[in-house]
This record gives sequence, structure tokens and C-alpha cells, in this order.
Amino acid sequence: MFDREEIDKIIKERERWEKTTLPKWINTRPERKNVFTNLSGIPIKRVYTPEDIKDMDYMRDLGFPGEYPFTRGLHATMYRGRLWTMRQFSGYGTAEQTNQRFKYLLKEGETGLSIAFDYPTIRGYDSDHPMARGEVGVCGVAVSSLKDMEILFDGIPLDKVTTSMTINGPAAMLLAMYIAVGDKQGVPREKLGGTTQNDMLKEFFAQKLIIFPPKPSVKLVTDIIEYCAKHLPKWNPISISGYHIREAGANAVQELAFTLYDGITYVESCLERGMKVDDFAPRLSFFFAAHNDFFEEIAKFRAARRLWAKIMKERFHAKNPRSMWMRMHVQTAGFTLTAQQPLNNIIRVTIQALAAVLGGTQSLHTNSFDEALALPSEQAVRIALRTQQIIAHESGVANTVDPLAGSYYVETLTNEMEEKAMEYIQKIDDMGGAIAAIEKGFFQKEIADSAYKYQKEIDEKKRIIVGVNEYSTEEKYPIEILRIDPKVEEEQIARLQKLRRERDNRKVKEVLEKLHYAAEKNVNLMPTIIDAVKAYATLGEICDVLRKVYGEYKELIVI
Amino acid sequence: MKIEELAKNVLAGEKRSIAKAITIIENNSREARKLIAAIYPHTGKAHIIGITGPGGSGKSTLIEKIIREYRRRGKTVGVIAVDPTSPFTGGAFLGDRIRMQELAVDKDVFIRSMATRNYLGGIARATRDAVKILDAAGKDIIIVETVGAGQSEVEIAKIAQTVIVVFAPGLGDEIQAIKAGIMEIGHIFVVNKADRENVNKAVIDIKAMLQLNNKEKSWKPPVLKTIALTGDGVPQLIEKIEEHKRYLKSREERKRMREKAEKELLEAIKEKTLDIILEEMKEKGEFEEYLEKILKREIDPMTAAEKILEKKLRSN
Amino acid sequence: MIGERKIRVLIAKPGLDSHDRGAKIVARALRDAGMEVIYTGLRQTPEQIVETAIQEDVDVIGLSILSGAHNTLFPRIMELLKQKGLTDVLVVAGGIIPDEDIPKLKEIGIKGFFGPGTPTDKIVRFILENTPKRREIS
Repeated sequence: MFDREEIDKIIKERERWEKTTLPKWINTRPERKNVFTNLSGIPIKRVYTPEDIKDMDYMRDLGFPGEYPFTRGLHATMYRGRLWTMRQFSGYGTAEQTNQRFKYLLKEGETGLSIAFDYPTIRGYDSDHPMARGEVGVCGVAVSSLKDMEILFDGIPLDKVTTSMTINGPAAMLLAMYIAVGDKQGVPREKLGGTTQNDMLKEFFAQKLIIFPPKPSVKLVTDIIEYCAKHLPKWNPISISGYHIREAGANAVQELAFTLYDGITYVESCLERGMKVDDFAPRLSFFFAAHNDFFEEIAKFRAARRLWAKIMKERFHAKNPRSMWMRMHVQTAGFTLTAQQPLNNIIRVTIQALAAVLGGTQSLHTNSFDEALALPSEQAVRIALRTQQIIAHESGVANTVDPLAGSYYVETLTNEMEEKAMEYIQKIDDMGGAIAAIEKGFFQKEIADSAYKYQKEIDEKKRIIVGVNEYSTEEKYPIEILRIDPKVEEEQIARLQKLRRERDNRKVKEVLEKLHYAAEKNVNLMPTIIDAVKAYATLGEICDVLRKVYGEYKELIVI
Repeated sequence: MKIEELAKNVLAGEKRSIAKAITIIENNSREARKLIAAIYPHTGKAHIIGITGPGGSGKSTLIEKIIREYRRRGKTVGVIAVDPTSPFTGGAFLGDRIRMQELAVDKDVFIRSMATRNYLGGIARATRDAVKILDAAGKDIIIVETVGAGQSEVEIAKIAQTVIVVFAPGLGDEIQAIKAGIMEIGHIFVVNKADRENVNKAVIDIKAMLQLNNKEKSWKPPVLKTIALTGDGVPQLIEKIEEHKRYLKSREERKRMREKAEKELLEAIKEKTLDIILEEMKEKGEFEEYLEKILKREIDPMTAAEKILEKKLRSN
Repeated sequence: MIGERKIRVLIAKPGLDSHDRGAKIVARALRDAGMEVIYTGLRQTPEQIVETAIQEDVDVIGLSILSGAHNTLFPRIMELLKQKGLTDVLVVAGGIIPDEDIPKLKEIGIKGFFGPGTPTDKIVRFILENTPKRREIS
């Protein structure tokens, strides 16, 4: 981008500046720290100049938005054409309560629904399982059978909405229930739109909501991708998630590298099954965190897009540019929210959300300021949404595409993020892939070390968290706390037990036996699971069959 | 609580007393000797199984399945899971029981995690005494698990009657690294995660190494395949353990028991002697004095030892 | 040799949530402070936690929960501890526990609460200062 002569001149000028101007300042005003680093531990220079990006080739490394390598954005017009989707994740209580809430949101003009499930559902347990005590409907809605899903979408035509389901281990069962509801409503399957998170690999080392061992888990993920490619063309079968990796303690580079590696693993699994890359890759989507270090995060998003495009083109020989698209959803990092002086979290979320927007995300969830204390209150949820609206409509950042491109600092950081992520990818390749790395505890160790290091830095005040280890006050902010009525659990259990009495139990036994047989035969399980949920076999019953065949996995502990 | 009462409760199989007894053993307090003396006549009934192998071989999951199988057969089971103590901080992270937690609530299963601490002479004594507690408490089967790194797996041979060495396919480097020591102590070899690729290669590798190392002629260590996650191959493994147990009984039990007792007695003498001598020396600061002299090359360690012993014997 | 008494701590996660970042950091900090830390992993039932505390003869139980089920699960754990006679064990809790729930939990015997943002050395110090002097043999 710069010619040799000019760079040489800049280098000379820099050397002069370092000898003349700089020492004067350093002597009278010493720098606050010896070394400045970002959260990935990358040292940050005092000042960046064209020298730092002297090898950059504009067309090769940045290009134009909407074109390979997509560093500047997936769409040519980005937010000038359409703002990012403001999708707020929510859900709690019974299916009826959530259904009411969905109807309210639809009336308010939202078309994108998002379901949070409660922990028993996420773990593949029915609401009356002994492990479910005290957890039914608490952090999301309880769905134990098709019956619950029918209530959840009662009066909501599935061809008029898109639904995002945050579900992994039992993704196949819940997607099957959604398909079954669509069938009952007479909605053709090719009209069903939405997303299942369905990213099991990160569960093994980050989120740890695990049911089955790694191999059958990846098999089920692949079943869904394959089934959707054939029958649900508008469904995003997977959202490959770095968010949870980051929340578990990884730094930005690790988040980037491990997420992309998970993506690589799913692509390989699909290819092994004989699918063609351009038949499924355009529907893969990603999910990242937006953390505190503003420029580091922007660089991460830009590097992620460029790196994925390269991987798809060079490693997997994709031809369709859409296969090279990294469509991403971003959520502000929940871990950064502090219980101390919770209103400060509004500012944190704003900065994080701004980074996501400047990084070119397709959709965004902003956290509520009270989430370090309890389930978010209505008021906090509203402020979180308003934060996005203010960025979109008042700040002016959405008026041009990729406004920070060309910044010596941001471009250098983007390059560094990409290089360091590539080093990890190489390392995991050498280790024999993601599953081997999980079994060796590699990811777990890397994440645990980063989490511990971060905590130590805070303990030792090397990193200041306002209101936590500096500027703390004793005053308490009164928080309105949302509580779930324990009746939710009773009602849900009563409904489930009624279902067990009234359904055709002979039919249930039959479909579950068919499922057992299919699972042993290693065929795509989606059709059999759809049959099972339609017979009102419960989530727990279906998962139990698979637990028998695949075994139940317990996480490898690395601290 | 008095030692006698504690011992009585241990013999009755009372869980809290068993736990406290093991704590006393671990802390090697003066009561530990008394306690062992009190329960010793009631030991010797359990079959002691040692399980070792490299990290990532799936030992803990396999142990969980072994316990389940023994429970199905009506046996009571005790487990001692040994993990290393950090030499820098003296702390330890004990996470082996995570895979067995469902069994924690079974009244006939007792699981205890032990750190190696920094025992002089390794983990053997504390672990062996903890095993005795479980034995006296009436556990039919006692499993001792150690990580297959360092010397602890060789010490397991001193404690266990049947030693099982667990590998997994694809851990080729680990198998190489473990070398001969572990091959000599194993009575049964297991290739776990047998649903993986390269399982047969692992079996062949182990068999080849066994041929090089196998000195104990009359018992040919078998190499079995298991899938701990699903429990495949576990009943067969139990059969082999039982077979080995019968082998010990029918042929060499007396000889082996004698050897074991002999080793144990020798070690007890060593340790006891050391305790007595060191305690006094440390009190008087003589230990440091000798150390200084050795460092200054004024005396060699062996001569120092002779002098110390001579003095001690004379003073008695 | 006469061994020294080590503080044994059980770090347990009742409930179905999987946020173990805090629990693991605490486990590591306690280990680095010279304690023996028994970690039982995620989703432990009250029965498992109490049985483990018995068998491992721990001095301290640290409970970590972020799912919101503490008002159901903690009283059950405390009740079982009492039933089994484990009244000399120090119980502390961490995770997301609203301030207004704390007095009730203190009443049933949970001694320390460490919410988000607590420095690890504060937890270490609390355990060192509050672990009951034991006991086994009179």
C-alpha cells in the first residue's frame, strides 16, 4: 500500500522522534505501565504507523465489502442497507407464559423469536427427573415433549416467524418437535426458518452441557446439518459458538482459534459423509462474544471473517462465495458484568456493543445490567435494547462500511489476531484434530490457564475493574429481582405425567425401539426422532435410548 | 472419640468412622499406629486391585464400570484414588471421583481421594494402611487408582494383589514412555476406548512389549479390550480378575503373601527407625549440622549415616 | 514421618448450570494455598455432595451455583449435613445469590458468601480463619 521510499522515510522519522521528542516526554511524564497488553496478552505499541502494515496488500487483505476475503464485511452496503438484527434472548417459566410473551413480541413488530430452555431440557431430562428439582422453568422454558412445543407455538404460524433455539445436546429432538408443530400447522418444511445452536464441540471444553461422548455428539450435529440441507433450506442448522469459550475464560485469540477449529471439524464431518461443501457451508453461522478491550474485539471480528473465508476457499475448495461467508451473531460478554455498582454495566455493554457493530456483526444481543445479580428485570432488558438502538440511530457509526479500516493499529491487530489464531489451528491439526485435543484436555487447559491468569491480574490490580478492585463503594443498588413461581414446576410435572398416562404407550415403546435400532445402525437419526416426538415420546425418553447406545459422557476436568 | 471406639465403628463399616480413620492414617499421627494395630487382625479378606495407566486412558470411567459390575455381583467395594501433591505448594487437586459420583450414594461403596503428599518413601505406606481400613471395614473389593506417571504406579505393586494397566489406542507415545517398569507389574492389560481406530495396533504393541518383559512365567498377562463408556468388555475383565485371584490362591499365595509381609515388615522397620532417629536429630539440630558438613565435603553421606547410627545405638 | 494436617475442601456444584469458571478458579487458588481440593464436577445432587463430604472427611464445603436453584438446593444440603452429624464442617457459597436471600441461608448455617468479583485471596483467608480446629481423636 505504501511505496518503499515512503516507508523508509517514515522509519527514519520514527527513529528521530524516538531520540528527540519521545525521551523528553518519558522523562517528565513516565508511562503508566512498562508494558501495555490487550486481553490476549499481545503487547500494544506506543504508536502505530504505516511501517506496521507495510506489507499489506489492500485487495488481497481487505478488498471491498461483499467480496472475498470479506474483511470489510459480508454485504456491500452493510448497515446502510439494513441494520443488524437486534435479537434478545429470553424465555422462562411455562410454555404458556412464553407463548404469551411471544405473542406480545409479535404484536410489537418483532419477527425473530428466540427460545431459552431451562437446564433440565438442555441436559435432556424431563421436568420430573430427580435432577430437575428446583430448576424447571427457571433459566428458560421447560420443554419435555411435543405437547409443550405445541403450547409454545399455539396460534403462531411458523411460516410467519423465525425461531432461534439455544440448544445443543438435544438439538435434534427440539428441532424435530418444531418440525412436528409445523407439520400439524400445515406449514411446508422448506418454509421453516430459524437457527439451532447445535454446536456440541464447544460444550466439551467450554459450556459443558454435555449428554453424549464427543464422537456421537458430532454425528448428531452432522445429522442435523445434513437433514436441513435436504429438507429445511431456510434453517441455520448450527451456530458455531465462541461465546461460551470466551465466557469459560479463553482470551480473544483462543476464542477465535478454537471456534474456527470447531467449524473446520464440522465441515470435515459433513464432507466425510459425502456431502458437497457448497451444499451445506452457506448455512453455517457463528456466534462470538464482545468483551472489554475495544480494538482487540473489532480486530477479532474482522480477522474471523477473513480467516474463515480463506479456510473455506483454500482448505475446503469452496466455490460459492456464500460458503466463505462468516455470518455472525454477537453477544456482549456476560462475564464482564459486575455485581458491584451494576449500573456501570450499561456503559460496559455499550462499549462492547459498539465494538461488535464496528466489527460488522449480522446480529447482536446486548446483556442486561443486572445479570450478575439475578435473572434480568424488564427495565434492564429494555435498556439493553435501547443501547443498540442508540448506537444504530444516534451515533452515526452505521453510516459507512467498516469505518476503522486503514487504521494502522486496527489493521496491525487484525493481522496479529489472524496469525496467532492460525498458530493454534496448526497446533490442533498436529494434535490430530478437535476431538483428540478435547480428550487430551488441551482446550480445557488453555482456557483454565487464561481464566486463572485473568483473575490473578484482577486480584493483583494489574487489571482494573471499576467498582470491583478500584473505585469501590459500599452503597447497594436496589435491584428488582425476577423470581420464578415454584408452581411452574408443579404444573409442568403434572402436565407431563398426564401425557404419559394418556398417550398411546404401545406406540411410544415401538418408536423408541426403532430409534434404538437406528442409533446402532449409524444412519441419520432425524427422521426416526421426528417419528418419536410425534408419538409423544418425551425428551428424556429419547435421550435415554441414545444414552444407552452412546454412553453418557462426563467432562474431563482440567483446572 | 477414643481409638478403640473408632476402630470398633470401622469394623462395623460405619462410613464417617472409616473416613476419619483414613484421615488419621493420612496425617500419620501417633494414633495411626494404634489404629492399625487394633484393626489388623480383621484385615486380609479383601481382594485388592491396583489400576494404573497414562492420563487419558479412561481409568476412572473404567473403574466406575468395574464397581457397577461388582455391585451387580453383590460385592461391596472400596476405592482409593491417588493424585499427586504439588511439590511447590503442598496442595493437591483431587478430581478422580468425578466419574464415580453416581456411586457415591451407594451404601456399599466407599470412595476416598488421597494426595501423595510428600511422604518419605512414596505413597505406599499411607495408601497401604488406608486399604487396611477399608479391608477391616468389610469391603470385598478394594481398588487403588494411581496416575501412570512417576513412581507411584510401581508402588501400586506393593499394595495390590492384581494390578491392571490401562491404555488407550493412539497413546502410542505414552506407552513407549512408560517403558518396562509398568509392564513388569501388570497382571492384566486393558486397551480401553476399543471403539477407536488403531485398537488392534495397541494390543499388538502391548503384547510385543510383554514378551520382552514378562518374567513371571506361570501367569501370562492377558490383554483385553474394553469400552468403558458403554461398559463393553467389563464383565470379561472381571472374569480375568477372578481368574487371577484363583491363580494366586491355588499356587503361589503363601509364597507371595510371605514376600509381601516381608517387604512390609522391612519397610516398617526402615520407616520406624528413620522416624525415631530423625525426630531426635531434628530436635537437636544435628540433621542440619550433618547436612552442612556434607555440603562442605567434610564428610560423605555414608560415613555420616554410620556415625549417626553408632551414636544412637550406644545411647540406647 | 509425622505428617501435617491439611485442610481438605470439597468444591461442589449443585444444580444443572454449567458455569464452572468460578468454581475452578477457586479450586486452583485453594490448591495453590496448600489445601487438598476435592472437585466433584458439575450437577451434583445434595445427597452426592453430603456423601462425598463424609467419605472424603472434608473440613470445608464450597458450593457454587448460578442457576437460581439455591433456595431449593442449599436448605436440602444443610439438612442432610445435620442429619448425618456433619455439624463441624465449614460451608461457604459462591455464584449468583441475591443479597436478600443471604440472611435466610446464613440462618441455616452457611457461613461465607462470595459473589462475583470476590478476590480469590479473600476466600483463601476466610477458609484459613474459619476452618474449625479438628478433632478426630480426643
